[in-house]
Amino acid sequence: MEKNIRGAEAVMRSLVAEKVDTLFGYPGGAIMPIYDALYDFKDQVNHILVRHEQGAIHAAQGYARTSGKVGVCFATSGPGATNLITGLADAMIDSTPVVCVTGQVASHLLGTDAFQETDVIGISMPVTKWNIQVTKAEDIAGAMAKAFYIAGSGRPGPVLVDITKDAQFGMTDFEYKPCEKIRSYSPKPTIQMNDLNAAVDLLNSAQKPFLVIGQGIILSGAEKELVAFAEKSGIPVASTLLGLGAFPTDHPLYVGYLGMHGNYAPNILTNECDVLLAIGMRFDDRVTGDVSRYAKQAKVIHFDIDAAELNKIIKADVAVLADAKEALVHLTESITPKKHENWLEEFRALEKIENESVVNEAKHPTSDKLKMAEVVNLLSEKTDGKAIIVTDVGQHQMITSRYYQYKGYRSNVTSGGLGTMGFSLPAAIGAKLGNPEKTVVAIIGDGGFQMTIQELGTILQAKVDVKILILNNNFLGMVRQWQQLFFDRRYSFTEIVNPNFTAIAKGYSIDALKITERSELDNGLDTLLNSTGAFLLEVVVEQEENVFPMIETGASVSEIRLN
Amino acid sequence: MERAYNISVFTENSIGILNRITIIFTRRHLNIESITASESEVKGVYRYTIVVNTSLDQVKKVVAQIEKQVEVLKAFFHTDDEVVHQEIALYKLSTEAFANGGAEKIVREHHARILTIEKDFTIVEKTGQPEELTVLFNDLSSIGVLEFVRSGRVAISKPMKTLEHYLEELEN
Ligand SMILES: Cc1ncc(C[n+]2csc(CCOP(=O)(O)OP(=O)(O)O)c2C)c(N)n1
Ligand SMILES: [Mg+2]
Repeated sequence: MEKNIRGAEAVMRSLVAEKVDTLFGYPGGAIMPIYDALYDFKDQVNHILVRHEQGAIHAAQGYARTSGKVGVCFATSGPGATNLITGLADAMIDSTPVVCVTGQVASHLLGTDAFQETDVIGISMPVTKWNIQVTKAEDIAGAMAKAFYIAGSGRPGPVLVDITKDAQFGMTDFEYKPCEKIRSYSPKPTIQMNDLNAAVDLLNSAQKPFLVIGQGIILSGAEKELVAFAEKSGIPVASTLLGLGAFPTDHPLYVGYLGMHGNYAPNILTNECDVLLAIGMRFDDRVTGDVSRYAKQAKVIHFDIDAAELNKIIKADVAVLADAKEALVHLTESITPKKHENWLEEFRALEKIENESVVNEAKHPTSDKLKMAEVVNLLSEKTDGKAIIVTDVGQHQMITSRYYQYKGYRSNVTSGGLGTMGFSLPAAIGAKLGNPEKTVVAIIGDGGFQMTIQELGTILQAKVDVKILILNNNFLGMVRQWQQLFFDRRYSFTEIVNPNFTAIAKGYSIDALKITERSELDNGLDTLLNSTGAFLLEVVVEQEENVFPMIETGASVSEIRLN
Repeated sequence: MERAYNISVFTENSIGILNRITIIFTRRHLNIESITASESEVKGVYRYTIVVNTSLDQVKKVVAQIEKQVEVLKAFFHTDDEVVHQEIALYKLSTEAFANGGAEKIVREHHARILTIEKDFTIVEKTGQPEELTVLFNDLSSIGVLEFVRSGRVAISKPMKTLEHYLEELEN
């Protein structure tokens, strides 16, 4: 036990006790005591100074999603705290464990409209799994312990701890006890065996079973258990956007990526399977299309760790509250070994159609202009699908999820639920800091890059080796695509005049290259990947390219269009 | 089909939990008809009674979201016929009008109580179900009601399973 230390030091000691070695933040008046304490912990905790608090939380998210640890960030009160909100919302909807510590005005000033006072507890409530305001130094350790426990357990999510300045300055004895139980919170469900047996019975009698997986597999660390189950059961596997990387894309049982811009076969055959087994996914509307015409013919089995997800969107015939890993171990034990060759053939036949009408041309286009897909395809080959890929939001994101052949665990970081432009660059910084030995590529559109472009400064200062790939179509491409398809080509404010990206990078001492021709692509990607330290490669691509296949809003998954 | 549901929520005693619960309704564009909160029979455990008009499907989802909140111990929902529920109303009347207007008869008929008689005003109280409170209001209106206030509903479900029992389950 430490006797009589400052609350601010208690914050730092709590982080050390939670084995936090990296955090992201930005100082300001109300968090100064904590930054002062941090000064003495510089050799134990690597604090990365970002350029905007949104960058801090996205970096913490990138760190968390690729390392499996809880991401941590610091921000000051008022504008510092409100700048975290987008990231909190993103982490909330994508189940990312993050602990944010914000400074707050002294407790006697609460509610007085004091300088930089904002009700961050109130503002962040809808976008945090839990939050707490601490006004006394002696409450800090307990609050921090609960914060880490809640963020990382069950269905993970963001937590915010708001600490008043007087609590940071106050003196307390400090003893850290990790939180292991909260009476009102049950993060680890016990599987009901009769539910599980009902699921196994359905699966054993199925002729056309179909397994759809989501990020739950990754969050529970069930990648190996998933392969074991798939191989024993012979059930074809498809993935949601956030599930990419949970199952090797080159596995013979992998049949593709689901949803609006996903693959042809798994979308169509969702409406042909007889048993749909969903594990660790939440039937997002981008996955289901029109829910009233989603897998109506199938018996649905849904495994999720969040009880509120069961029967939320799709009524399950068997709903099982469970951790994905535990569920898969049980399922593998009880399932009858089978092969579903004919059923798999149906996927392969549709895959062939998609290849012939979309994929082959996309990967090896005959057009003059470079296409996004060929860039991503070549990057995938050059990195053997093993880089950590952090995408932003838009056409380049959908193209990347379609054409990057993810093979590594925790290799896919993207803003799925919230679709936050500006996510990629800071998230990639966090991913690299969590995985120094891996190649981290941030794939970003020309629009989204400018939403958090200031984080180039973070890369400069912290010397973060992030490979930045800008796919520049001079458009807010995804919105333009919708304008073309659904708004009569009325390109209302989607054409974007861009700055000289390579010059900007160079301004931050980041080496950069711009290419416009197919003949330069191979070399360009080699230069990007082989650079020492950060590098920016700008690839100028076709301006009015559309992402296909596509399930239009309101359409059923089986109505996915190829062009 | 929309109907009234009585949602009972048991929570820890922590700042902000009421807000966490109400934003679940706001987010779904659901109007809360009434809400009451107080400590339950177990020390430190708070009990909320929330009444909403909505569909069965929606109330199930709302209750699941409420129960998901870290500091919520348990949440249930019941239809009106599965609970015993009451509200309380206070009626302020002018003492003069009250004395001259046949008030005694009305108070007796409604089994209402007189809480206080001051020189200027008299306060009548009635506990009951919303319709009963409204009928009394209408009857007293002939005399003239100066002020009227009605509490939210409190409800206890008919099925028997004690809070203690749930707490034990949660502890294990
Ligand atoms: C913060 C934010 N604002 C607006 C949007 C809406 N939006 C989705 S995709 C997109 C266009 C993105 O353009 P760009 O970054 O150039 O990527 P592209 O689609 O061209 O690949 C926009 C504006 C969003 N997702 N996030
Ligand atoms: Mg663009």
